[in-house]
Amino acid sequence: MPSTRPRRVALFVTCLVDLFRPSVGFAAVKLLEEAGCTVEVPSVQTCCGQPAYNTGDRATTRAIAAQVIDAFEGYDAVVAPSGSCGGMLSHHYPGLFDDDPALKARAENLASRSHELISFLVDVLGVRNVSARYDGSVTYHDSCSGLRELGVKAQPRNLLGSVQGLELREMKTPEVCCGFGGTFCVKYPEISNAMVGEKSADIAATGADTLLAGDLGCLMNMAGKLQREGSAVRVRHVAEVLADMGDLPAIGEPERG
Amino acid sequence: MESTAHAFKANVDHALADPNLQDSLAKLKVGFSERRRQAAERLPEFEALRDRARDIKNHTLAHLDFYLEEFERKVIALGGHVHWAPTAADARRIIAELCQSVNARTVAKSKSMVAEEIALNDHLEALGIAPIETDLGEYIIQLRHEPPSHIIAPAVHLTKDQVADTFLEHHAKLGFDKRLTERNDLVAEARHVLRQKFLDADVGLTGANFLVAETGSSMLVTNEGNADLSNTLPRMHIVLASIEKVIPTLEDAAVLLRVLARSATGQESSAYTTLNTGPKRPGDLDGPDQYHVVLLDNGRSSVLGTEMQDILRCIRCGACMNHCPVYGAVGGHAYGWVYPGPMGAVLTPQLVGVEEASNLPNASTFCGRCESVCPVRIPLPKLMRHWREREFEKHLTPKAVRQGLALWSFAARRPALYRRLTGIANRVLALFGRADGRYGALPLASGWTRFRDFPAPQAGGTFHARWAKRKA
Repeated sequence: MPSTRPRRVALFVTCLVDLFRPSVGFAAVKLLEEAGCTVEVPSVQTCCGQPAYNTGDRATTRAIAAQVIDAFEGYDAVVAPSGSCGGMLSHHYPGLFDDDPALKARAENLASRSHELISFLVDVLGVRNVSARYDGSVTYHDSCSGLRELGVKAQPRNLLGSVQGLELREMKTPEVCCGFGGTFCVKYPEISNAMVGEKSADIAATGADTLLAGDLGCLMNMAGKLQREGSAVRVRHVAEVLADMGDLPAIGEPERG
Repeated sequence: MESTAHAFKANVDHALADPNLQDSLAKLKVGFSERRRQAAERLPEFEALRDRARDIKNHTLAHLDFYLEEFERKVIALGGHVHWAPTAADARRIIAELCQSVNARTVAKSKSMVAEEIALNDHLEALGIAPIETDLGEYIIQLRHEPPSHIIAPAVHLTKDQVADTFLEHHAKLGFDKRLTERNDLVAEARHVLRQKFLDADVGLTGANFLVAETGSSMLVTNEGNADLSNTLPRMHIVLASIEKVIPTLEDAAVLLRVLARSATGQESSAYTTLNTGPKRPGDLDGPDQYHVVLLDNGRSSVLGTEMQDILRCIRCGACMNHCPVYGAVGGHAYGWVYPGPMGAVLTPQLVGVEEASNLPNASTFCGRCESVCPVRIPLPKLMRHWREREFEKHLTPKAVRQGLALWSFAARRPALYRRLTGIANRVLALFGRADGRYGALPLASGWTRFRDFPAPQAGGTFHARWAKRKA
């Protein structure tokens, strides 16, 4: 294990995890702590700015990015349980400040410290297995930003391979977009529906009883479609299963008790 | 052609409700991407070639004036002619005058997207000159009076049965009165009908995949050989190409050809690769008496030096649309103009105006699959985002979106306020969604709930609220 491995890690919670599924955040904290990190959660964070960025509102994006850059200064690493938000910090922030060298340098510094959770565990911390149990068959969807911007592909599958009782069944096209796309899914609901409809058919064809992915937006989209279709497939964030929190009600399931 | 890009949403509804189209798209989605993947895997240096292809195009664009003038000098030295067309109207006029100068009655056309861009067929027909499409796909859609739905597979939206019906309708009067059902029989019948048209044509008009500056050659790739008949049989050969098609050398062409067919169809090379280098020389057995190249700008030079310049690297392979899940859902006609898919979503606003085509760069999830397969590494999502930025600056972004975004950004920039609002939202949504775990309908979220349930949040407060408690 490299001696310079990051110890003091800031969690970028992401707005969706904060509002809809805090358990993903706690799963991330657990996985990071088990890997030897001290986890802090800067309190001034809200969102990474993608809704503004992808709507073409550069001024707002810059304001939010500057806020994030401030809030996450000084940590060894910044980790998000999302390839989409992680990619925003690590790939898109520096380009927002081409006309402001001082902020650009800080954005680049943040970018170099920012990671998606699962690839951080595997590629940076060298985690090879987790102590978790999940009795069931799962299929894993590769969310677009994580896959194509950050190269998240083998890492989650490798860690899932160490979960006791878990069987992985691949989709035919796990790399094809689920149709979420942030505001896309409500701006072009018919196209989004056609895309997620194909995805749900691909998921069903695996026969898996659980769908996992690393991005809550995609998961909510696919869970919503599966449940509208009456599917029994349960949908969870991959971090929850890896952190041995796979017994929680799945996304869109009623609370027990 | 007339743009219907402004009616994108209506076009989408139409496309999603068309079972023949959906059948065709289901095949396209699997076929093209799988063949491209296998072709790329078989060539270990494929990724390195993509880098070289990108660099060749970037170098050329940085010296575009030099290479265009070099190309012109070479063509003139060969005895050919070069015509500069700043606009689509100029190109139409030049081509019509050339056709009229030899009293042309028919023009044999090999597939050309630039000819679609300038709506050449309508113009020639109005002047009493009959354009005959000789690419099989183009021929089919010409019979059906439809625009192409894909830049390399213009009739990909049609099923075999639809083609059979179209041929029966149009070929019966030529003596082909049996409805065919086999693919090979359909091709043979089209070949038979088209052969006489090649022989009758006064002018052959082709596009160009590349214009080679060092030799003055225009280069064409096809799988049907139709371009070769279009440019050798008639007395006059007109090449219609846009200015960014020029490249410096044959060596460069070799690199680009190696990524072009693999990206397009998964072939190592197209069946026919033809170089046209000037008119027939003394002693040549065949070839045209006259050789003309019409160079179209149509707004492209204004893209040079801007943040959109990368789109001029495009070599029209179609890989971006073959891999695009949005194109795969709605097909090419929904985009409303000549160029569909991701490259069209970037190019169309440039060529017909962003007001007309404002939907196209927005109708993307930014999944990035197009960029991941582009043979010249055009950052298509980034360029689409630039269009969204221009729309936002011009206040073309829909009012509801702007207002929603303004409210959200007001809160997102004030963490304390944001915490209070998300706390309330979490409690309300969790409370009312508790019994089912999800919502079948939600006010202000019908775009979501029309097709999907909306998951309710976990009870117990937001992550930040629970984290604060844990720390306390």
